[in-house]
Amino acid sequence: MTHPSRETWLWLIHRGSAVAMLPFVAGHLILMMLTVRSGLSAADILGRTQGSVSLVAYYGFFVLFVSVHAALGLRTELAEKLGWRGNRLDLAAATMGLLLLATGGRAVWAVYSVSA
Amino acid sequence: MGRLQRFGLIGAPSAQLVAQRAARLQRHSGLALAVFLPLHFWLLAQSLKGSGALDYALAWTRPAPVRLAEVVLVSALAFHVAGGIRLMLIEFFACHEFQKNLFVISCGFATAAGLLFALNDF
Amino acid sequence: MLDVAVWRGTTEGSFEHFDVPRSDSQTVLDVVTYIQRHLDTTLAYRFSCRVGVCGSCAMKVNGVARWTCRTHVSSVAGDGHLEIAPLDHLPRLRDLVCDMTPFFEKWTRAGGAFVPFEPPETTVKRGFAAIDPLSQKRLEAEAGIECIGCGVCYSECDTVGRLPEYLGPAALNRAWTLTNDERDGRGASRLRAVAGDAGCHSCHTQMSCSERCPKRLTPAASIAGLKRASALAALRGKL
Ligand code: SF4
Ligand code: SF4
Ligand code: FES
Repeated sequence: MTHPSRETWLWLIHRGSAVAMLPFVAGHLILMMLTVRSGLSAADILGRTQGSVSLVAYYGFFVLFVSVHAALGLRTELAEKLGWRGNRLDLAAATMGLLLLATGGRAVWAVYSVSA
Repeated sequence: MGRLQRFGLIGAPSAQLVAQRAARLQRHSGLALAVFLPLHFWLLAQSLKGSGALDYALAWTRPAPVRLAEVVLVSALAFHVAGGIRLMLIEFFACHEFQKNLFVISCGFATAAGLLFALNDF
Repeated sequence: MLDVAVWRGTTEGSFEHFDVPRSDSQTVLDVVTYIQRHLDTTLAYRFSCRVGVCGSCAMKVNGVARWTCRTHVSSVAGDGHLEIAPLDHLPRLRDLVCDMTPFFEKWTRAGGAFVPFEPPETTVKRGFAAIDPLSQKRLEAEAGIECIGCGVCYSECDTVGRLPEYLGPAALNRAWTLTNDERDGRGASRLRAVAGDAGCHSCHTQMSCSERCPKRLTPAASIAGLKRASALAALRGKL
């Protein structure tokens, strides 16, 4: 048993990111129900997102929260399933979080910057 | 009769089975979403190569099995959110009764979201 | 007649079948005792009080951990079959007997011992602590205090299975009652003891423990309390 303060903070951040994401997920669920209706095309997607600062902010925060949340969830899974501990565990979780953040950020940038 | 069963909508199946099932579903839905996310991001990032590339990538998501997987993922997302709210109700507000009802509601919400998505998609 | 399958051996072993006559108000412990007295005197099992106080008789009955002295055969063996095995997640010593050492070691690690906040002499001079029975803290402690240490929750907890060092519901429940004991002086150091990487934050809050506790305690709620208390301490920079 080690790092009570670290574990406690990570627990708080995991739950905090979950709460923070609630409105984003709700919005995402509604939006995808509406958009999938008309069939998905690049023109549809990019037409909505391209150059829209509010959408880029929305998805930017969404990506940030989901990266943190998923990395911490995967950290638990690695600890329980593979028995990883200590620095190796935290490095793995941080790597996954950063990867998600990078790929997610790139996707947001892509739909923001490219015109249909 | 267990405490959860007394407050449960369904009488018969052991509430513990529900607990284990809920734990497993929460974990597996989360895992599925985490694995799916990079794919999702990769697909959208295709537009960096132009909208034609995005259309090309989007075409890969149109066969029925892929659409079905999307429906499952939508349900997984809805379940993960509803189940997560249920957990945080216990953790932050010490609300530990009605858990079985809340589990049933999470499942219902997940199914509804999946169906709604499927109806719109297919 | 009841058809009873009883675990024989240690980790290696198999179920042995016995025919045991039914009787009125028969408990699962009565069934095991009958086998040991009349059919096979080498059967090892553990019990003491027979009235649900000592917590020594817990076994897995038809796949579910229960206190056998207070479990009626009629409530678990409607079809006349019983399968009796030792608790899960604990080393098996022989037949139905587990080694409870890891279980109680975790109580110690979780700060399960009462540590008075002042030396006993001072308390004697000052007189007994006056605790308001309706105070929030006393009510929280009350909710978890009746644990008999039977290990049912520990056996039923999936997380103990997945994370063997996990302190488990009973030890954490004990720590929570002490956290709420106004006479206890361990304070933040107990929170540090329970909040590490196999402590309260590892609990998935799915309540198998609360569902199965024969004393109707809710260890999952106690653990949620520890999560909140340690999070508050962390936010205040006191963890
Ligand atoms: S609620 Fe926590 S302690 Fe209780 S059975 Fe589940 S994981 Fe174990
Ligand atoms: S909390 Fe309940 S199930 Fe767990 S050891 Fe105590 S009495 Fe037994
Ligand atoms: S024998 Fe004491 S609790 Fe069952």
